[in-house]
Amino acid sequence: MLSIEHYLFLGLALFVIGVIGVITRRNVIVVLMSIELILNAVNINLVAFSRLYGDVAGQVFALFIIADAAAEAAVGLGIIIAFFRNRETLLEDEMDLLKW
Amino acid sequence: MADKLIFYFFAAIAVGGAVLTVTRRNAVHSAIFLITSLLATAGVFLQLRAEFLFIVQIILYVGGIMVLFVFVIMLVNLDVSLQQLQFSRQKWVALIVALALAGQVGVMFWSAEKLPGQILPGVTAAAADRLPPNSEAVARSLFSTYLLPFEIASILLLVAMIGAVVMAKKRT
Amino acid sequence: MQPAVQATMEFLKLYWVPLLCGVIIVALLPLIAGYIVLVERKLMADMQVRLGPMRVGPHGLLQPIADALKLLIKEDIIPENSDALVFWLAPVLSVGAALLALAGLAIGPAFQVAQDINIGILFVVGISAMGIFGIVLGGWASNSHYSLMGALRSSAQLVSYETAAGMALVAGLLFAGTLNIKAIVDAQQSAGVWFGLLSPVALFTYLVASIAETNRAPFDLPEAESELVAGYMTEFSGFRWALYFLAEYTNMVVVASVATTLFLGGWLRPFASVHWLDFLDYFPTLLMVLIGVYCLIRVPKQPSRVHQLFMLAVAALCFVVALVLLAPVILPIAHPFKAGILGSFWFLLKVGLYLYLFMWLRFTLPRYRFDQLMRLGWHFLIPLSIINVLLVGIALIAGSYFQLQGWALLLATTPAAVIGLVAAIVLLSVEQKTHSAAAPSAAADFYGG
Repeated sequence: MLSIEHYLFLGLALFVIGVIGVITRRNVIVVLMSIELILNAVNINLVAFSRLYGDVAGQVFALFIIADAAAEAAVGLGIIIAFFRNRETLLEDEMDLLKW
Repeated sequence: MADKLIFYFFAAIAVGGAVLTVTRRNAVHSAIFLITSLLATAGVFLQLRAEFLFIVQIILYVGGIMVLFVFVIMLVNLDVSLQQLQFSRQKWVALIVALALAGQVGVMFWSAEKLPGQILPGVTAAAADRLPPNSEAVARSLFSTYLLPFEIASILLLVAMIGAVVMAKKRT
Repeated sequence: MQPAVQATMEFLKLYWVPLLCGVIIVALLPLIAGYIVLVERKLMADMQVRLGPMRVGPHGLLQPIADALKLLIKEDIIPENSDALVFWLAPVLSVGAALLALAGLAIGPAFQVAQDINIGILFVVGISAMGIFGIVLGGWASNSHYSLMGALRSSAQLVSYETAAGMALVAGLLFAGTLNIKAIVDAQQSAGVWFGLLSPVALFTYLVASIAETNRAPFDLPEAESELVAGYMTEFSGFRWALYFLAEYTNMVVVASVATTLFLGGWLRPFASVHWLDFLDYFPTLLMVLIGVYCLIRVPKQPSRVHQLFMLAVAALCFVVALVLLAPVILPIAHPFKAGILGSFWFLLKVGLYLYLFMWLRFTLPRYRFDQLMRLGWHFLIPLSIINVLLVGIALIAGSYFQLQGWALLLATTPAAVIGLVAAIVLLSVEQKTHSAAAPSAAADFYGG
């Protein structure tokens, strides 16, 4: 029988893989993609608890997180494009000056 | 039994896709594996009887956000990035810290006190007929109890749209 | 191992009918898509006062089979330096998304692969939106500038018109009150009037947006031969190209089915709830009998014996289909199948008319330039569809205040449609003025930066 722990561990696995991606990869686009993985893990958690307690609020919250992820991905990619036009690099180590 | 098989199937694809996402050298490959991971997550939502969220995940996340990612990866396509170092210098410390986090939270989940309702209620065919359709339930909740967050989310999306357009515009 | 096998057997016992339908659809669809292409070529020939494919088989009817054979035995060329994984994956994604979207559609009340899902229409729209990846990744994997530009343009076009199509569907769904496909058609039956009549602006918007969604003329710049060779499909040869082609025609069938379900009454005959018009139930039979009689009349005029026999066979087939369509109306034992068999006929007829409109527009209108296309999408269709949702909402509130039902609802929605039409004309004239005043280099902004 499936219990809530199955979904919690799945969410945890995705979350940790996302965290490893964020703090380890140098390519900022892959970092953004790992952030999407983290948000996804949170969504799984929310929907699992919504199913457990029969309350649809968890799914509504997950819906807002998806909308928020869209907004954040758009703005983040805009920043990356703007930065790329100036410095021709996609590596986080080389994005180290606030003003040049 | 079938429930368990389906869950493990989707979970395996989700975790496998996630691992491949953060380890591929080519950014487009990473994007493709992230798409598979997101699709598997949508499958998990479907299995949890959250049908509206399943289709929203596919339309918005996979069909919207990931298309945006793939566009940007193609626009800033650098051939030299395939020869650069893939992981930063702190990769081993990062790995240890992340695994410590995983261990800590995992132990917490494992040893948590079992609440009475912790087995996910199995839905038989008869019981499913009495549930309100999922999209109707989400819509009712969204437009009555959570109307204010809904409006704030619309304003957030509007602000993000304006910001993205302003930032990505060429300075002529 | 044993419980897994047992679980699989139980699953098969419950769901073998939809699975069989799915397998049949996937197996037959390449053939059907091939014959839709033949119909298109014959129509194109007719509008250009010529005969079209006539050589392969009687009247060119075996042309699709010849084409399929050719594509299958063609050499599979993979460009140098292309990404093997993505090159393999792109056509698969396109055709997979298109075929999966077919699973959610219902030809008759009982013919649905994914039965009774409560997100019906949204499922179809969402899954067919995944076809965008097939295009983008295909263009990128080809390692060629023309392909990449074609892919980026094509996916930008698809994404832009998806919003307009979605809002048009929302306007139709406001009448239905549910996303479930069977419930939408049942709502049209109980209202007695098709939703396309209640909101013609939404039907028009969805028509234009669906033409752009499937990359058909006049919005087919990404695959125009004079512009970008074949756009994102340039480097794909043989079977891979056949998959893209199949995906395009399957997408056409999918959007036609969605429009038919939501706006044109699905599997209902015209005036489905008016009982004194029940003699219309004989119309399908009459149509097939007329076609059979026409074929019979043309038999003596055929050039050779093979052609004569073939025409006789076609006439016989028409008469058999006419009998099948007559049986549920006349024989009492076949009454339960009436909605299914006659419904499928009406559904396929409406889908056929919608596809005929697509083909007619292809051979009549010249192509839109890419910046004109984007301007049309963003500056005209999206505002129009949003205004239409607003107007339809107001009309519905007025309708429920005065307690209008069914045909009487037209009293409330016709003013909304007229205001929508006025808004469309205003938007177009505003667009005309600003566009003619815009700098001539405005087009450069749209060519991918």
